[in-house]
Amino acid sequence: MIEVENLGKRYRLGTRSTEDTLVGTLKAALTYPLRNYRELRRRKQFAQQEAGSDILWALRDINFRVAEGEVLGIIGHNGAGKSSLLKILSRITEPTTGRVLLRGRVSSLLEVGTGFHNDLTGRDNVYMNGTILGMTRREVTEKFDEIVAFSGVASHIDTPVKFYSSGMKVRLAFAVAAHLDPEILIIDEVLAVGDLAFQQKCLAKMDSVSQSGRTVLFVSHNMGAIEGLCQRCLLLEHGRLIFNGAVPEAITRYRDATLSRVEAVGLADRTDRYGDGAIRFQRLRFNGGGAVVTGEPLTIELDYVAGRALPSWQLTLRFCRTYRESIIMIDSKSQGMNLTAQAGRNTLHIQLPSCPLMPNRYLIELWANVSSATADGMFDAASVTVQEGDPYGTGTMVYAPQNGVVVAPLASWTPQPASRVPAQTPPGG
Amino acid sequence: MKQPEIEIRATSGWQLIDLGALWQYRDLLYFLSLRGIKVKYAQSILGVGWAVANPLIQALLFTVVFGNLAQLSSDGSPYILFSFTAMVVWAYFSNILTDATSSLVANRDMIGKVYFPRLILPMAAVLGKLVDFGVAFVVLVGLLLYYGVAPTGELYMLPVLVIILVLTSLGAGAFLSALAVQYRDVQYAMTFLVRLLMYTAPVVYSVSIIPEAWRGVYALNPMVGVIEGMRAIFLGTRAFPWAWVWTGAAVSVVLFLFGCFYFRRVERHFADVA
Repeated sequence: MIEVENLGKRYRLGTRSTEDTLVGTLKAALTYPLRNYRELRRRKQFAQQEAGSDILWALRDINFRVAEGEVLGIIGHNGAGKSSLLKILSRITEPTTGRVLLRGRVSSLLEVGTGFHNDLTGRDNVYMNGTILGMTRREVTEKFDEIVAFSGVASHIDTPVKFYSSGMKVRLAFAVAAHLDPEILIIDEVLAVGDLAFQQKCLAKMDSVSQSGRTVLFVSHNMGAIEGLCQRCLLLEHGRLIFNGAVPEAITRYRDATLSRVEAVGLADRTDRYGDGAIRFQRLRFNGGGAVVTGEPLTIELDYVAGRALPSWQLTLRFCRTYRESIIMIDSKSQGMNLTAQAGRNTLHIQLPSCPLMPNRYLIELWANVSSATADGMFDAASVTVQEGDPYGTGTMVYAPQNGVVVAPLASWTPQPASRVPAQTPPGG
Repeated sequence: MKQPEIEIRATSGWQLIDLGALWQYRDLLYFLSLRGIKVKYAQSILGVGWAVANPLIQALLFTVVFGNLAQLSSDGSPYILFSFTAMVVWAYFSNILTDATSSLVANRDMIGKVYFPRLILPMAAVLGKLVDFGVAFVVLVGLLLYYGVAPTGELYMLPVLVIILVLTSLGAGAFLSALAVQYRDVQYAMTFLVRLLMYTAPVVYSVSIIPEAWRGVYALNPMVGVIEGMRAIFLGTRAFPWAWVWTGAAVSVVLFLFGCFYFRRVERHFADVA
């Protein structure tokens, strides 16, 4: 059982002022250790007044309860406070305000393979990882054979893990985690590892854990997994709990919030981006700002700024149903296109003969890569609404949502003569 | 079955060491210490031999430089024994200082992902190194046999000396590791600080060169009592220095408590600032 009351967590962001004169720079360099000392000291202290601009409430006024045996999902965007909440519940950091009451043995899995060391054998690492996760040596010994069998690396268990493939390492690490036997289990996106077959195995294991009457807190961006596993769902936004209830409604609200959030800030001013800045996306427009219609030509216009002339870069654009749930991908590299950029402002047009998406709202993921480094990227760069249209040119419109998200290619329909189909005869009759 | 209940809330101020949590995680302490030993000697030819080679080579070096060239007094015993006895202690202490200090920073990924009593990290460094200490000690015994030196009566004080050594190391390790999480400078300063500290203890020289009036202050360094105590026991360089040993013991207990309390006080911010 978990009780959370008025939980809050405050961070102080490290901010640094920059000098723009030579004297200022020199003075700054001389006083640097002193300022650094003050700044480092301050990181764990907070003034009584909260006016400071560098104070961030990662979590605020969080209240909820989880009954014994309940499987609770937690969703929210990056920076919504999910990780902070999990870290407090797992006792990794302390809350600034409020309290949490946990009844039962807690195991938290914020990562698989914590404490793994490359120079140690698989066996040593199983013991190491198991005890870090709170098992005793005896418990690990009792479950050792099961763990090794589950991982499927039995033949290499006495080999240092540096000789393992990354897949083997992950399998062994997950095997240890899967054999924890807590009353409360806290899980953060661990399913995002390994190959598809292993992910299926993990999901099945998760399913059996949640069926076994244990209390589970599950954070994920994978709405399918949340829908499949959880009985109730929390939605966090900017550190606050904005919804606590049925899973389908939480997911709908999350999707709406994702879409409306994108419109609030222009692409050029967004700060929540990835990459080294060699390229910065400025503006993304569809059909010159006009309507995007199912089955009609679609022109994507991308304005971007390059810091220097680039002989080659790659663009990946994904249409997503929700955050990180991609439906189709348009990628310059796989389509054999070599993109170049001049220093400064550039514009790129991408034309699709026909928009393959069913009417709905979609989130756009944008990534620019220069060689293999990310230059710029956003999981939610923009959103686009596709309107109802007539993709097959027959005068019949297609409607969403019950018809899926992608338009099927025009099929060729060939009715077969009745005599060639052996009617009503069971095969092999 | 009664379920354990945990309350999580903001704590403040100075707190006692959480012995219950440490006991609960004793197996982790064991495996972390073991990991430290195994990892250190993985893929090395000499392996644990380095625990011998390091202090031995240093002691030989000191013998040449300080014993033969500078002709420093070794209170009448062979200089190699004189310096190696000190090096067994000093190698342990200085390794702890550098290892324990970086133990939290080196394991910050672990700190950010899992709960466990953080004090286990510097403790594991201190315990893991005891193996090195033991190995070097065996070599010391071999050297004593070779030179035909027999220990004197106060052999029973040896465990006390080891406890002073461990407590001092733990206290300093806990304090410095906690400080290093917030100020990385500590880690960088440690390399030369350790070298500097060596000259505040009678490693290469004898306490005899310290003026009589200052010896009381000098003995505040717990290593003085430990090293001179060892020399008194094994080499019979002087009567067992009871005053220095008890001074050192008192200082080591204070240092240990202070280190642990300080650690506990700043522990709750580790995951935020590491």
